[in-house]
Amino acid sequence: MIRLILSRIGQGVITLLVLITLTFFLVRAMPGSPYTDEKAIPAHVLARMKAYTGLDLPLPVQYFRYLKNLVVNQDLGDLIKRDGVKVSEIIGESFPVSLGLGVLSIGIALTLGIPAGMISAVKRNTFIDYSCLAAAMVGICLPSFVIGPLLAVGAGLGLKSLNVAGWSSPTDWILPAVTLGVINAAYLARLTRGGMLDVLSQDYIRTARAKGVSESGIVIRHALRGGLIPAVAFIGPAFAGIISGSFVIETIFQVPGMGQHFVNAATDREFFLIQGLVLFYGFLIVGANLLADLAQIVLNPRLRKS
Amino acid sequence: MFGRIALLIIPCMSLLGSCQKESQVDQATREGVLLVGNASEPKGLDPHIVSGLLEANILRALFEGLVSNDPENDTAAPAGAALEVTPDATATVWTAKLRPGGKWSDGMPVTARDFAFSYERILTPELGAKYAEMLYFLKGAEDFNKGVTKNFSTVGVEVIDDETLRLTLRGPTPYFREVLKHYTWTAVPRHVVLKFGTIGQRGNPWTRLENIVGNGPYKLKSWRRTDHIEVERNPYYWNAANVTLNGVRFLPITNTYTESRMFRDGQLHITYAAPPEVVDLMKKEHPEQLRQEPYVGTSFYRFNTKRKPLNDLRVRQALSFAVDRKLLCDTVFRGYIPAYAMTPPLGKYDPPHIAAYDQDKARKLLTESGYPGGHEFPRLKILISSKETAATLAQAVQAMFRKSLGIEVEIENKEWNAYLVAMQDLDYDIAYGGWIGDYLDPLTFLEMWTPNNGNNNTGWDSPEFVKILQQSFQESDATRRFEQLYQAETILIGDAPILPIAWQVKNYLVHPSVEGWHPLLLGNNSYQYIRLVPGR
Repeated sequence: MIRLILSRIGQGVITLLVLITLTFFLVRAMPGSPYTDEKAIPAHVLARMKAYTGLDLPLPVQYFRYLKNLVVNQDLGDLIKRDGVKVSEIIGESFPVSLGLGVLSIGIALTLGIPAGMISAVKRNTFIDYSCLAAAMVGICLPSFVIGPLLAVGAGLGLKSLNVAGWSSPTDWILPAVTLGVINAAYLARLTRGGMLDVLSQDYIRTARAKGVSESGIVIRHALRGGLIPAVAFIGPAFAGIISGSFVIETIFQVPGMGQHFVNAATDREFFLIQGLVLFYGFLIVGANLLADLAQIVLNPRLRKS
Repeated sequence: MFGRIALLIIPCMSLLGSCQKESQVDQATREGVLLVGNASEPKGLDPHIVSGLLEANILRALFEGLVSNDPENDTAAPAGAALEVTPDATATVWTAKLRPGGKWSDGMPVTARDFAFSYERILTPELGAKYAEMLYFLKGAEDFNKGVTKNFSTVGVEVIDDETLRLTLRGPTPYFREVLKHYTWTAVPRHVVLKFGTIGQRGNPWTRLENIVGNGPYKLKSWRRTDHIEVERNPYYWNAANVTLNGVRFLPITNTYTESRMFRDGQLHITYAAPPEVVDLMKKEHPEQLRQEPYVGTSFYRFNTKRKPLNDLRVRQALSFAVDRKLLCDTVFRGYIPAYAMTPPLGKYDPPHIAAYDQDKARKLLTESGYPGGHEFPRLKILISSKETAATLAQAVQAMFRKSLGIEVEIENKEWNAYLVAMQDLDYDIAYGGWIGDYLDPLTFLEMWTPNNGNNNTGWDSPEFVKILQQSFQESDATRRFEQLYQAETILIGDAPILPIAWQVKNYLVHPSVEGWHPLLLGNNSYQYIRLVPGR
């Protein structure tokens, strides 16, 4: 077990190093630079600006300076277009917002998706099953930029106490969390249903039935643990994605989260911010995958031996 | 599953709906705080570093220049930090008499030394200020900024005493008061800037929330990135007793649809913009809340005059005559003004009426250039960036070229940076562009077309145009100067390196409770004299 964890951590470190290197060179291969501007910057000013951020140095020098700064000072660098602002400040301010919103929406997704999937599986091929499946399909097919504005117009404009967007009162969490939650609930419902159906047809379930275990006992005590495996495999990486924010949700609901920075940093050519965000996201993904692996081992005894 | 969700949500919501609370606008109106949509998170609050419009909106609350902005009249130049700014007979040497007792928001006096320090700072080469060229009006400023000399005393800035500042310009500048309104000419507090760094240091933390000091009607109250910036009354402002608005909250709402929804939900007094669909809707539902005001901005296409067949004047003119600007303004831009030149009409300046829609002329010119009926005309590309209006416009123009001239053009949509690079490298045929004036004078629309200017990007080079512009730099008579600029613009539009489409109109929404928000060409509304009237 410990060996497995250690080897996963080792793999994670290598993954992150590859990620840093790739990101570093890819962002610099994009056309334009942080200084490309609608109003041209005079050459002598441009030279000063580049000297200030070190972007005038040869690429390999820049790369090793970045790595050194990262490892020795644990510093992700400064923003290029915003004087004196650190990448770590941006992540530090926006991540808690996205984390809170993400956890809430995962909560919504789990409370809606897993029971729906279970009921669907137990009442297989009935009207209930079909309606759950259809609803889940709608949830998967409708993108967040459709559900979001619909909810904003329907609930936000309709109800006085709910704001259509913004981040000033606790109720402002509701609409973005519901939008994110509903979409993930749809995935979870389908995965849980599939997993449950698989388990419910196993021999040991038949044995349990033969022993006279009640139907609810079978579903909750025997089938659920195995049936959740696909959902857990999904939720691990999805969790990292959700808590690091969503550009669409943040734009629709004016949430000061981290997702918008992924897109804006790329269009702004904020090199160090992109690198910092990708590294941070990579870190979350590696961590979440590790946790998902461990959770699967707990759920599935057969994995423990391998 | 949606049924279940609805079952869960509806009781929660009806619970929420039952507690009737006042809207954010009602609350803010009661508190005297204006809620303003401001497009995007500002790049900073240092007037010497930033270069954008949305930053200017916030800086206007925090800093005040030698002259101030009039709330109603574009060309008036009311006293600001200076009681008066007076020119000599040739409008070359200007003397500013500072307001005695003027104070920074920390209570320290605002002196002529602060202004001299500020002009030295923005021009210091090490600072790398993007907009330093706004100060090139000062004698010797360009040389100092480019490092030709390290001696700031060669620049036309002279402190006579604590309350008197003398500015010597590179030539007669009768419109200098307009230039002084730009935020690059405001003062930064010398004592604060030097406390946190040196004069030429970038990344100086003096503009952070806890450090920033200004001389405007407001001071910074709170700042949460990508959420809001709020300013509150500055008790040390010279006219604090007459400031009617208690504060302004700027919201960086990037999506105009979100912004419009927030406006309709009572979360904003004023939006930054209104998308076309919302303009249509508001015209029907609340025309009194929709503002459509002329703005000093021009939308146009650049021609790459170095490429065939666009190097032929007749081809460029033919394309220009083929475009029905009125139709584009009505349908695509929802209310823009058809442009017949580059500079929008500004006060006494009416640009030459040249660009027009004339299909017959267009066809004739194209035939003369060797492409009768568009026969064998090469397939050109219209370069745009991925913005919606630009795409719709390009499609309409594509159809107009086809209809009027029988030629086919393609639309090439590039990501913003890639688009800018292609334009700056002259790697395009026809490119969409926009320009917004920095100050109210035709020069801000004409100077960019000189051959060495980084914003020209057309390959167009007219010695005659340059000669006339340079003559205008030496002209102290305002009328004669406008005549020269008119002549220069006649050459520009006649030579057609650009195809002017429309003069911009600012479409936005204003809540009925806001009183004293007047249409201004530069959109540089001051906040301090606005009144918020509850119950509307």
